Amino acid sequence: MGSRASTLLRDEEIEEIKKETGFSHSQITRLYSRFTSLDKGENGTLREDQVNFRGFMRTLAHFRPIEDNEKSKDQNGPEPLNSRSNKLHFAFRLYDLDKDDKISRDELLQVLRMMVGVNISDEQLGSIADRTIQEADQDGDSAISFTEFVKVLEKVDVEQKMSIRFLH
Amino acid sequence: MDYQHVQVPFEITLWIMLASLAKIAFHLYNKLPSVVPESCLLIFVGLIMGGIIYGLNDKSPPVMDSDIFFLYLLPPIVLDAGYFMPSRPFFENIGTILLYAVVGTIWNVFGIGFSLYGICQVKSFHLQDISLLHNLLFGSLIAAVDPVAVLSVFEEIHVNEKLHILVFGESLLNDAVSVVLYKLFRSFCEMSTIKTVDVFAGIGKFFVVGIGGVLVGLLFGMIAAFTTRFTKNIRVIEPLFVFLYSYLSYLTAEMFHLSGIVAIIACAMGMKRYVEANISLKSHTTIKYFLKMWSSVSDTLIFIFLGVSTIGDNHEWSWSYICFTIIFCLIWRALGVLVLTFFVNRLHVNTVTSKDQFIIAYGGLRGAICFSLVFLLPEFPRKKLFIAATTVVILFTVFVQGMTIRPLVDLLDVKRKRESAPTVGEQIHIRFLDHLLAGIEDISGHWGQYYWKDKLEYFNSKYLQKFLLREYDQPKSSIVLLYEKLERKHAIELVEAGQLIHEPSHTSLLVFVDSHRSTVVVKESDSMNPDVLENIQKILSRNLYRIRRTVPAYNRHNLPGESGTAEQAKEILILRHRSLR
Repeated sequence: MGSRASTLLRDEEIEEIKKETGFSHSQITRLYSRFTSLDKGENGTLREDQVNFRGFMRTLAHFRPIEDNEKSKDQNGPEPLNSRSNKLHFAFRLYDLDKDDKISRDELLQVLRMMVGVNISDEQLGSIADRTIQEADQDGDSAISFTEFVKVLEKVDVEQKMSIRFLH
Repeated sequence: MDYQHVQVPFEITLWIMLASLAKIAFHLYNKLPSVVPESCLLIFVGLIMGGIIYGLNDKSPPVMDSDIFFLYLLPPIVLDAGYFMPSRPFFENIGTILLYAVVGTIWNVFGIGFSLYGICQVKSFHLQDISLLHNLLFGSLIAAVDPVAVLSVFEEIHVNEKLHILVFGESLLNDAVSVVLYKLFRSFCEMSTIKTVDVFAGIGKFFVVGIGGVLVGLLFGMIAAFTTRFTKNIRVIEPLFVFLYSYLSYLTAEMFHLSGIVAIIACAMGMKRYVEANISLKSHTTIKYFLKMWSSVSDTLIFIFLGVSTIGDNHEWSWSYICFTIIFCLIWRALGVLVLTFFVNRLHVNTVTSKDQFIIAYGGLRGAICFSLVFLLPEFPRKKLFIAATTVVILFTVFVQGMTIRPLVDLLDVKRKRESAPTVGEQIHIRFLDHLLAGIEDISGHWGQYYWKDKLEYFNSKYLQKFLLREYDQPKSSIVLLYEKLERKHAIELVEAGQLIHEPSHTSLLVFVDSHRSTVVVKESDSMNPDVLENIQKILSRNLYRIRRTVPAYNRHNLPGESGTAEQAKEILILRHRSLR
């Protein structure tokens, strides 16, 4: 069916998403209306990559700010999606394009190329990448593993940098 | 001997000379500056001088008049603060800063004004002739907080950047608010009757004055940036342009009854980025030093006036009024900070902790502006009481609060700033996260601070830079600039240490220099020997940590980054090299 009714959010779904991501009911409905406005083709997914609403919410869940009452709550259950470690993992996966759990020099170069603009030569960029890897690399494999990545950012307030306050 | 001829400049010069000598003596004892704020010292010198003058002449020492203060003494102080304001943290926290500065000041003004009026109603204090309007006028001038003296304490213990920028930004903007309110109430005083329409007109004027000031400032800032584009052949007068345009923006704004303070701040912040890219390094240094010098002199003069005027016949004492003023100042500031922070924390991810709040509230010292404004009051029967009250408040806050804040901060263990500056890796990742967050905010339909930042950056790179920068052909992002600086520093240090390694099996060392000059390039790639890597990493980690902070701390009496002459020499070498391109 092409009508919107088929993609309306059911309450059970909202509950599931709430449990998985930690968003509140109102936040989920608001984000759903955002999702549908982005979803131009009305087929329940965004773009050719077939990101459905669940995937959308899962991604956004990484950016939920860490609230104080959550910090001590659930030590036994699965780690919430917006924990520091998961946030960093998300960022790491963006660098690591071939998903081998390492950021190689080439992957770093690609990201740098996107961030730095057209006037920098490949040579200069290569040296920046080399230096970055050199700084982070501890096991000497000329690539940055997840633990090395975490270590580089240990002084940065990632919880704050990677959080959007979703207004109620 | 013709003393009359040179009397005025001679005396002024003597005063400044005396204060500077006192400062030298002050800094000779290393421990003293950390315990006693500089303002204390200046007041003390003023007290002594006042005592001498009083003793010699047996009459009150001279006082300041309106024009001297507003036209000559205030602009350097504000320009200095505005120029050294680090833009990025300022704009990231602009909401909070505006809240504290504008709303907080208004809260303080009305709170203090009304509660003092309440006190005046009590018959036993004999204060009933002070009208509500006069109380509000007094409130508006006493609410002008000057926590810059406290910033030096922060610098000592490396308080986190956010708190630093909050206090700094607030101190700057609330001067503007205070002056506007003061002028407003003063004009009300001169009107025989005040209708409600006038009150609303006053409120409207407030906004007009502020926004108008910003526009005037930005206009002059852009013109200044444009002018410096063409100053390549006359480097010597480059600093002059910066000062002239800023001062012009202040005067123009004042001419149209807009806020000169806001104008000069907007001018300084707007032109800083482009002017610094266009002018030579020497001009840059000159500007910084002159700004510090002038603002220091202004501050000094005002505090000396304060000390001098304390001795003499300028006062009328009333225990009740004065004590209650102090109490109310403290209470209202604390309340204001508490309430505002409550709202701020609801809306922002970055919260202001209760320790931070205490520091902000307790650091509300009163300074030069209060004092000057009280002297500029129109003559009315209770003026001397106000002068006495203001003097006591300033002395109290500067001496008592100024000296005890350091131990209190140590006691509360305010969150310390990181000891080291970001490495290339960190800077890259932080920038990466910024972009990421901007994208996510776009997707989730949330227009946070990153959206406006990106829009502004886009506008900047597309239009402004082409127009205002001299060498537009090579814009470089800050990551590349930082990287180049690090590489050069590293190479220089290695050369000096005699450790420049040429063997191919070692890690790459690159020094980038302009292609017109002979380059020193030692480049290898290849696999990294773990031992050598560790060695180099040790060298790197040891050296990288000594890099200058990206956000230098503000201090009215010192230039940022003044420590370590050797380091500074190296950095000047590097920067000079860049500026020769």
